[in-house]
Amino acid sequence: MSDEIKDISKLTIKDVPNKDYFIWGHGACPGCGVAIAVKNIMKLLGPETIVYVPASCLVVFGAQYPTSAFEVPYFFTAFENTAAVATGIRSALRRRGKKAFVVGLAGDGGTFDIGLQALSGAADRNEDMIYVCLDNEAYMNTGIQMSGATPFGAWTTTSPAGKVIRGKRSFKKDIDHIVAAHGVPYQATLSIAHWNDFVRKVEKAKQAEGFRFLHVLTPCVPGWRTEASKSMEIARLAVETGMWTLYEAEKGEASLTYKPKKMEPVIEYLKPQGRFAFMNEEDVNTLQRWLCHKWWQHYKDEVEAPPCYIYSAEKPMHMDGDPLHGA
Amino acid sequence: MVTRVISADHAVAWGVRLGRAEVIPAFPITPQTLIMELLSEFINDGDLDAEFIPGESEHSVMSIAVGASAGGVRTFTATSSQGLALMHEMLYAAPQIRLPIVMVNVNRSLGAASGIWLEHNDSMPERESGWLQVYVEDNQEALDMVLQGYRIAEDERVMMPIMICLDGFVLSHTVESVAVPDQQEVDRFLPKFKPMNVLDPADPRLINPLVPPEYAMEMRYQLDRAMDDSRSVIKEIDELFGQAFGRSYGGLFDTYRLEDAEFALLSLGTATTTARGVVDEMRSQGKKAGLIKLRFMRPFPEKELRELAKDLKALGVFDRSVGFNSFGPLFTEVRGALSHLHLPITDHIGGLGGRDLTIEAMRDIFARIEENVHGSVEREVYWHGLRGQQR
Repeated sequence: MSDEIKDISKLTIKDVPNKDYFIWGHGACPGCGVAIAVKNIMKLLGPETIVYVPASCLVVFGAQYPTSAFEVPYFFTAFENTAAVATGIRSALRRRGKKAFVVGLAGDGGTFDIGLQALSGAADRNEDMIYVCLDNEAYMNTGIQMSGATPFGAWTTTSPAGKVIRGKRSFKKDIDHIVAAHGVPYQATLSIAHWNDFVRKVEKAKQAEGFRFLHVLTPCVPGWRTEASKSMEIARLAVETGMWTLYEAEKGEASLTYKPKKMEPVIEYLKPQGRFAFMNEEDVNTLQRWLCHKWWQHYKDEVEAPPCYIYSAEKPMHMDGDPLHGA
Repeated sequence: MVTRVISADHAVAWGVRLGRAEVIPAFPITPQTLIMELLSEFINDGDLDAEFIPGESEHSVMSIAVGASAGGVRTFTATSSQGLALMHEMLYAAPQIRLPIVMVNVNRSLGAASGIWLEHNDSMPERESGWLQVYVEDNQEALDMVLQGYRIAEDERVMMPIMICLDGFVLSHTVESVAVPDQQEVDRFLPKFKPMNVLDPADPRLINPLVPPEYAMEMRYQLDRAMDDSRSVIKEIDELFGQAFGRSYGGLFDTYRLEDAEFALLSLGTATTTARGVVDEMRSQGKKAGLIKLRFMRPFPEKELRELAKDLKALGVFDRSVGFNSFGPLFTEVRGALSHLHLPITDHIGGLGGRDLTIEAMRDIFARIEENVHGSVEREVYWHGLRGQQR
C-alpha cells in the first residue's frame, strides 16, 4: 500500500504491495486457491504480523522445520484451536505493549467443524484478531473428506458416489451467518477471482478492531477434480451462479460488494468439476432450487429476480464411465 | 508475611497473585472454581495486574495459555478431572515448545462412576505428557509450590510446564492457616520471566511447524534431558525457597522416620498426613515403620528411591487410582525403579471416587506392609475401605 492514504473503496489490485511475506518454495499444488489467497493476504498485511496456522494443507506446504515460506513469526499446535491460540498471542502482545496483526489462517474443516467452538468463543469475546477461513470445501489435507463446507451433491472420499447414496446429502453450512450472529465488527466473503474486492476487504479488516472474519473460497485442483489452469475461472463461476456471494458486514450492517448481472445456471459451475460429475438430474435440480432461494435471500430486488434454472439432462454427465470425470 | 485461614484453592490464588502471572485463561470446573473466582476478584479489584480470559472450554483454555506463553508472558491456569482430560491434546504442545506454564490440577475422579470427588485418575494418565508433575500435601505447600513452580519451570535449564496437583475437597475446600508472604519477599525470590523463544515480528521465528523425522527425535531427546536436568533444579530451588521463606519440602520427595525403618509406605498427596499419624502410632508400639512422601511424579526420583529403599524389608505404595487388571500407576513406577532390590512391594489402593481414607484404612495398610517383612505376602494388590469380599 502506498504511503498516501487512499479511500479503501477505490483500492484495486494495483495497490497490492510487491513485497512478499509468503514467499516461493512452498509446496502447494499448481492452481491452489489457498496459496493464491495466502500470498496476497500476506502482502497486504505486511511484516507486523504473527501467523497461526492450524492443521491444514497450509501447515504442510507453508512451513516444515527448519524452513518456512512465511517471513513473519509462525506458530502451529493443533487443529481446532485457531481462535483460542490467537487469543493467547494477542493477550501476550497487549501485556508486552507490542502492536501486530494476529492472523489465523484456517481451513474450512478447522473453521466450520472442529474449530467452530473456539471461533465462537473468540468472536463472542470480540478478541482482536483477523480470522481467515480458506474454504476449499472439504478436508483436503487428509485426502478429500467431506466437511460442513462441502456443497450438496459433491463427491468426496467420505461422500462417495455410491449405488444408493450419491455424494454429500446436506447443504453447505452458512458459517458467515453463524459468525454474523456474534455481532463481530467486520466480516466479509472473498473470491480469488475478484481482486479489487479482495484487496478492499483485507484492507478494511486491517483497519477494523476486534474480531474480523474473512472467508475466502479457495478452489482445490485435486479435491474438486479440476485443471490447475481453471481455478480462477471456477472461482468466478461460483459467484455468477450464486454458489458464492460477495458481501461484507461492518458492525452488523451487511451489504453486497458485487452483484452478478444475471444468475447463471449452476450446471455451468458443476460441469468443469469432477467432484460433481456423477450428479443426476434430480440432484442438480435440488441444488439449483436451493441456490435460487439463496440468491433471492442475498440479492432480493437489487438484482433482477432471476428465473430459477432447472437443469434438464440431455445426456449422462459422465461419458467415459469414470464418475470423477466431468462432461 | 500475613497468616490467613484459607482453602488450598485460595492459597493457590494468592500464590498466583504474588507470582505476578500476567495471562490467566480458565474455564469453570468443580473443585477448581474457587481459584478462578478469587483470581477474578483480585484482577477486578486492581490487586493483580493480569488479564483473565474466560475460554469457552478447557481445550481452548490450554490453547490460549500456549499462545500467551509463546507470546512471552507468565501464564497460569487451573483445572480438574474432565477439564484436564479435555486439555489432553494441548498438554502435549506445551512441553515440546518449551513453554513454562504453571497449572494447578485439583484432583477429582475422571469419567464414569461419575462424581466430583477426589481421585488421582485424572492427573496420573498425564504423567507422560512432558509436564513436570508435583503433588502437594497441604494448603501451605500449595501456595509455595506455585512460587517454586514458576522458578523451576522458567529456569533456562528446564523451560517446561509444571502441573501442581492438589487433592480435591480434602485441600481445595478445607481451610488451614497459611503463611502468605509479602510481595517484596516474593519479588526477591522470583525474578521476571525471561522467555527464550517469543512470537515477535521484530525477530520472526518459526515456532513448532511440522517437524520431519530428520529432526523430531532430537527434539524429544532434548526434552527428555531437560526433564532429567530438572531434578537438580527442583532440589536447588527448594533450598533457595527455604532460605528465603523458612520452609522447604525436600525437592522430589521427603521422608518421615525412615532412617532405621524396617518397613515403609510410599504415598503422595494428603494420604501422607494420615500415614504420618499411623507411623507415630506404630513407633510408639515399638514397630519400625517409616514413610516416603513422594512429591514429584515427574521427574520420578528412581535413583533416590533405590537408595532410600535399600535397607527396607518391605515397602507399600499408596495409589489413589487404579490401572484396571494390573496395578495402580504409582506402584508400577515404584516397582520398576526398585526391580533389582528383591524387596517385597505391595500396592494399596484406596480413597477412590472420594471415599474417605480413614485412619483405620491406613492402619490396615501398614499392617499389611508389616506382614510382608516376614515374607508372608498373600497378594500384591490390596483395596482398602472396600465393601464386600476382595477376591
